[in-house]
Amino acid sequence: MSELSDLYQQVILDHNKKPRNFHKLEGANRHADGYNPLCGDQLSVYLQMEDDVVKDVSFEGTGCAISKAAASMMTQSVKGKTRGEAETLFHEFHRMVTGELDEEATPNGLGRLKIFAGVRDYPARVKCASLSWHTLHAALHGEEIATTES
Amino acid sequence: MAAVTEQTLVDVENIVEAALVDAPVNISSVGVWDVERVRRDFPVLSQTVNGKPLVYLDSAASAQVPQVVIDRGSKYLGEEHSNVHRGVHYLSQRATSAYEGSRERVRRFINAREAAECVFVRGCTEGINLVMHGYGRKFIVEGDEIIISAMEHHSNIVPWQMLCEEKGARLRVIPMNDQGELQLDEFEKLLNERTKLVGVIHISNALGTINPVKEIVATAHKHGVPVLVDGAQGAPHLNIDVQDLDCDFYILSGHKLFAPTGSGVVYGKRELLDRMNPFIGGGSMIRSVTFEKTTYAGLPDKFEAGTPAIASQIGLGAAIDYLNGMDRAAALRHEQELLEYATARLNEIEGVTIIGTAGEKASVISFTVQDIHPHDIGTILDAEGIAIRAGHHCAQPVMQRFQIPATARASFAFYNTREEADKLVSAIRRVIEVFK
Repeated sequence: MSELSDLYQQVILDHNKKPRNFHKLEGANRHADGYNPLCGDQLSVYLQMEDDVVKDVSFEGTGCAISKAAASMMTQSVKGKTRGEAETLFHEFHRMVTGELDEEATPNGLGRLKIFAGVRDYPARVKCASLSWHTLHAALHGEEIATTES
Repeated sequence: MAAVTEQTLVDVENIVEAALVDAPVNISSVGVWDVERVRRDFPVLSQTVNGKPLVYLDSAASAQVPQVVIDRGSKYLGEEHSNVHRGVHYLSQRATSAYEGSRERVRRFINAREAAECVFVRGCTEGINLVMHGYGRKFIVEGDEIIISAMEHHSNIVPWQMLCEEKGARLRVIPMNDQGELQLDEFEKLLNERTKLVGVIHISNALGTINPVKEIVATAHKHGVPVLVDGAQGAPHLNIDVQDLDCDFYILSGHKLFAPTGSGVVYGKRELLDRMNPFIGGGSMIRSVTFEKTTYAGLPDKFEAGTPAIASQIGLGAAIDYLNGMDRAAALRHEQELLEYATARLNEIEGVTIIGTAGEKASVISFTVQDIHPHDIGTILDAEGIAIRAGHHCAQPVMQRFQIPATARASFAFYNTREEADKLVSAIRRVIEVFK
């Protein structure tokens, strides 16, 4: 198992303390609620789509440091992206935290999101990191409820 | 399959009686508790986790299993494994004898009048569902009311909600105060001629509160209402006497009682169990089957369709032998001392808030640390080898009552030590350090 400090890196702690885009989005035309029924965490993701582009994105809700930081950084990462690009990031992120993608060996667009790679050493926490991404995925598909239990 | 005749049942009972160990019953004088010696009975406890000695503070989720229970399971699987109540052959007789011997041990442990009142189920959730289907669906109709408490586990909420939805009945809730104690004056006001059942948790898994179930039963009975007690946490921390409590149903979960998962008991008064519908239909629970009509077996078989979790239920009997063989009064006093010690030490830490401060408490401590999410606490503690539970503890309404999303929970059994409480305290200080 990796060191705890790999999981609780300063960037993650910072996003937990001061989450970005952490509010309800006025003018959102897509919205989905995400639930992790195992721990009771819930969050909402709001999207303002213009044509095929994520013009603006925000989130609100409750969760642990990992889920809050992941949601915060998710919003930063997908803002301005096309729906297709956002979906690709979702899949890459999901594969990274579940250990299916070696983010150093395989080309990808994860960039700063790579700091969540350490989560894969904590199987119980993978859902925390991916909840906001599942919720984004649902919102992009026009679904209103996402869950980490598929 | 041969039907079990009255005669074979008598024979089995004779074998059972012969097989029962005469374990000493609870010793009234309280001796010294040798926790280090007791720990050696639990092989799990001697391992290291993440390079640190395991500190297991999650017995309220699943208690650890002593070697004698493991050995009993091995003996069954290695020497006695066979189906129960079915064969005339040697192994089936032995399996049946061991299985029914376990039932008799349960009867003595909770002081039921007869072993047939102790129905084996796979755990508390299944047990409560058995009562919901067998009693609730038969006797509860539109407009009736079911009372539960504000601190129930989901297993004693959801089945009743399902029933209310099906029947058009109404679920009512006994409120609790800020300490996590039920408000019994409010309970009395909820009782009326429409009340058909009261369901209450003996010890709250989320708060540690020990509820005055004897008083609750007496109050409900004044109105002619039967009471189901969820004893998942009650049995590990208290001496249970169902005749003294006078409860109508008492539900036990084996894996909270130092036995394997898949074991559990529904105690019910015979007069109620007799009137109830069966729960699951199938083999063993019948007297005779034709395509026109089936008649059901007597107690407890009526509720035990299919091949049961034989090894697990025999393990439950072995766990009860283990508990009877110890100075249980000293064990329970040790737990209370751990509760007091850990509570005091946790209260020393700035930012720690204990959720659930009832006057009567078992050794279950729920707490929050500043605004740090309990899952983060749980992960950091795990890195120190400390196992706690983090989350809503399948009691989301309790979390809503205290307006928190989740808590961290340390639960202590008689095999835990003060040093382990100290390690918990140090690790929580480290959590605060990480999130500073």
